[in-house]
Amino acid sequence: MSAPTIVSLPDPSTARIPKMNFLTRENGLLSWLLTGDHKRIATLYLISITFFFFIGGALAGLIRLELLTPQSDLMAADTYNKVFSMHGLIMVFLFLVPSVPATIGNFVIPMMVGAKDLALPKINLLSWYLYILAGGMMLYTMATGGVDTGWTFTTPLSTHYLNTNVVSAGLAVFVAGFSSIFTGLNFVVTIHKMRCPGMTWFRLPLFIWSNYAASILMILGTPVLAITLVLVVLERTVHIGVFDPAYGGDPLLFQHLFWFYSHPAVYIMILPGMGVISEVISTFSRKRVFGYTAVAFSSVAIAVFAFFVWAHHMFIMGISNYAALVFSLLTMMVAVPSAIKIFNWSFTLYKGSITFETPMLYAIGFMGLFTIGGMTGVFLGSTGTDIHLTETYFVVAHFHFVMVGGMLMAFLSGIHFWWPKWTGRMYPEKISQLAALVTFIGFNLTFFPQFILGTLGMPRRYAAYPPEFQVLNVFSTAGATVLGVGYLLPILYLTWSLKYGAIAGNNPWQATGLEWQTQSPPLTENFVEIPIMDHEAYDYEWLEQQQRKEVASVG
Amino acid sequence: MDHISPVLWQFLDKWLTHFSLFPPEASKIAPESDALYFFMVLVSLVGLTIVVLLVVAFSILYNKKRHPRAVQIEGSTLLEATWTIIPLGLFLIMFVWGALLYFRIYTPPANAMNIYVVGKQWMWKIEHPGGQHEINMLHVPTGQAIQLTIISQDVFHSFSIPAFRVKREAIPGRYTTVWFEATTPGTYRLFCTQYCGTNHSQMIGDVIVMTPEDFKKWLESSTSGNSLAQDGERLFASLSCNACHNAQPDARGPSLVGVYDAQLTLATGETVTADDAYLRQAILDPAQHITQGYTPIMPTYQGQISEDGVIALVEYIKNLHTDYRLQETLNTTELPPNNEKKAPAPGQQPAAQKEVKP
Repeated sequence: MSAPTIVSLPDPSTARIPKMNFLTRENGLLSWLLTGDHKRIATLYLISITFFFFIGGALAGLIRLELLTPQSDLMAADTYNKVFSMHGLIMVFLFLVPSVPATIGNFVIPMMVGAKDLALPKINLLSWYLYILAGGMMLYTMATGGVDTGWTFTTPLSTHYLNTNVVSAGLAVFVAGFSSIFTGLNFVVTIHKMRCPGMTWFRLPLFIWSNYAASILMILGTPVLAITLVLVVLERTVHIGVFDPAYGGDPLLFQHLFWFYSHPAVYIMILPGMGVISEVISTFSRKRVFGYTAVAFSSVAIAVFAFFVWAHHMFIMGISNYAALVFSLLTMMVAVPSAIKIFNWSFTLYKGSITFETPMLYAIGFMGLFTIGGMTGVFLGSTGTDIHLTETYFVVAHFHFVMVGGMLMAFLSGIHFWWPKWTGRMYPEKISQLAALVTFIGFNLTFFPQFILGTLGMPRRYAAYPPEFQVLNVFSTAGATVLGVGYLLPILYLTWSLKYGAIAGNNPWQATGLEWQTQSPPLTENFVEIPIMDHEAYDYEWLEQQQRKEVASVG
Repeated sequence: MDHISPVLWQFLDKWLTHFSLFPPEASKIAPESDALYFFMVLVSLVGLTIVVLLVVAFSILYNKKRHPRAVQIEGSTLLEATWTIIPLGLFLIMFVWGALLYFRIYTPPANAMNIYVVGKQWMWKIEHPGGQHEINMLHVPTGQAIQLTIISQDVFHSFSIPAFRVKREAIPGRYTTVWFEATTPGTYRLFCTQYCGTNHSQMIGDVIVMTPEDFKKWLESSTSGNSLAQDGERLFASLSCNACHNAQPDARGPSLVGVYDAQLTLATGETVTADDAYLRQAILDPAQHITQGYTPIMPTYQGQISEDGVIALVEYIKNLHTDYRLQETLNTTELPPNNEKKAPAPGQQPAAQKEVKP
């Protein structure tokens, strides 16, 4: 008995990858390095963020190994501090922020809106070069001794008390920030100006809505981070007094500025992931997303509220009690649109015709983990419980549930979903389903014990800890091992599939997006002729009619 | 059972002997904080169960085999309103409940006993009003509200006592306060939870909760001979503060008698309350804190006094209820100002003198 599936591949005996596509159009290294094609740039991004993901992941492995025992015995405390700082910096700025938008978004957004490319192809390439520059600076930082500020650059620690590579790390993030601003700008312009005829705002796939919301956040939030980091660098090098009270600065000012970007940044990371989930859930239940408008506007609502909740990172830092009150209330508001999305996705399944291919498994995993991640965010958003739980492993577990359980699951879901479009080939289904399962189990085993550790009071960023915390830490480290296997598997079988995978054809999942109505891999121009959007998003009846027409005309 | 590895045995042994799932409740606020925590756990579990049930039930009922054709549904305003309003309501309950708790934890009662905490890389220095000094150790009695006035001497730290469910950031250049009332005698962990550099994870200590009788004994056995206010008094004299702040009619500085908690009108016309933070700022940055009617002649003491020293001065000024104490101070130092380098009295704490720069 085999599980039902919607996968419909062309006859393997006759099918072949189209000779002319964006991968084969030009050859040679230069044709890649000087390309303006959004799909090639997305491919460059995919390779580079995977590289940095595995560096960040290796550092995470070191962290978990050190925490296997209460003593700081694998590495010195300073080394540990550098390892977790580099892990945070690389994962946040070089993996999570560009993961779905710059990689998957870059690949599919122009196709989804029915355009030949992004509005500003050269700026798009510039984004990637800035990213690589930032990555290079980060590697330089690491090779020349690392940085031990934590990814949060807390002043005055970072400006006055540390003698590590704060300046190069800060500038790396500064440059990475511009890469993300340009990507956001490009998406906003493209979504406004490049939609094909008939593609009204409410016919856009929800992936576009969520990336649009994230792009707004990138454009408005990232400059604040950039200027904050410049001030940190200036305070460190020429001692202008902005943040350090010893020079007459205000240390809380840094917290305000940093979190003014870094809280919206959480939504920069998660919103595009939510877009992926909307696409995948709809496709594998053969149904339009339940309450399209509510899901679309909840993305916008998240983007708007995201800018007004930053001080919930500072409830215990001596901001006025009334300020804490306002920010706590606003934080509760931002939790509501996320709840709406979860329930709308659940009800998309209702009366659908569901199959469980790999992208769907990742998406279902996302829903469970994101629900836990979101609910525990409310624990931290409520001022009273935040006092006990903040700055402990509860926070670590919370944001890993959102960022890794949420965003990384969504990213893997998206990669598995669009892989056939990207490469023209399928990956082995059974082993990829296994990888999704292993990831889910490993993830829970790694991060769930950390909620309990946090409730017990174990502080974050400790190289050594009291012995009563060891048992839970051993569970967590064991889980990380499983999780590591879950992440290595896709690398192996996806690489394998490049040469040996079955030919995917145009639309293996029978999905409705415009990107599926063209060949795989697509032409450099995406479409033979500019498509005309004459139906709503997720219109599976239209798709069936199209196919019937095709059969009739061919037959 | 020889074939089982000893490492595994150790692990199992630890599991059985060193394992807890929930921290002890050792303060009055802890059960209240936990009540909200468990309410949230309950709501989360119910919410998660609903989502899991929906996904699992729909996955079984509407999988392709059982339900080959999907029925297209646009949405349902009623359902969507339900799952907007119910979570919103629950979140608002958590918000109000949390805010009540927050205001309680961060609003010390008037009769609380004040203990000062100075964080520095990488230790906690505790100053009791009776002059007891502790490092990485905090002795407190049960049944008495304790207020902690916290400051950092260098970078951000955070003073956390999980068993009490309280935590407060130690910020350079700024006093923060938190309070608790311990209920159960015992030894509890004290952590620095804000990353503060190399030995962040060594910045931990113990909170020792004692019965009031034991605490009294401890206070007597560990006193340094001087109360904190007396340390402040010495510093006040040795820095020649009393040259101007001497409560004489022709004094060049305002009298500090009873100044604590009083409303002051500044030269800028602003009215402020002279609390701990104000007094600290007025010592370190006097030019910005001139009382109306006085000229800005006071030099800054920024960089001249450590945070411990400032605390001693503040404590001294706090306890200046009559000018009797001030007169006493005057009497001991009616000597030319160059005498400030006089030999310290025996038993005098280094904190009171080491910062004095001639």
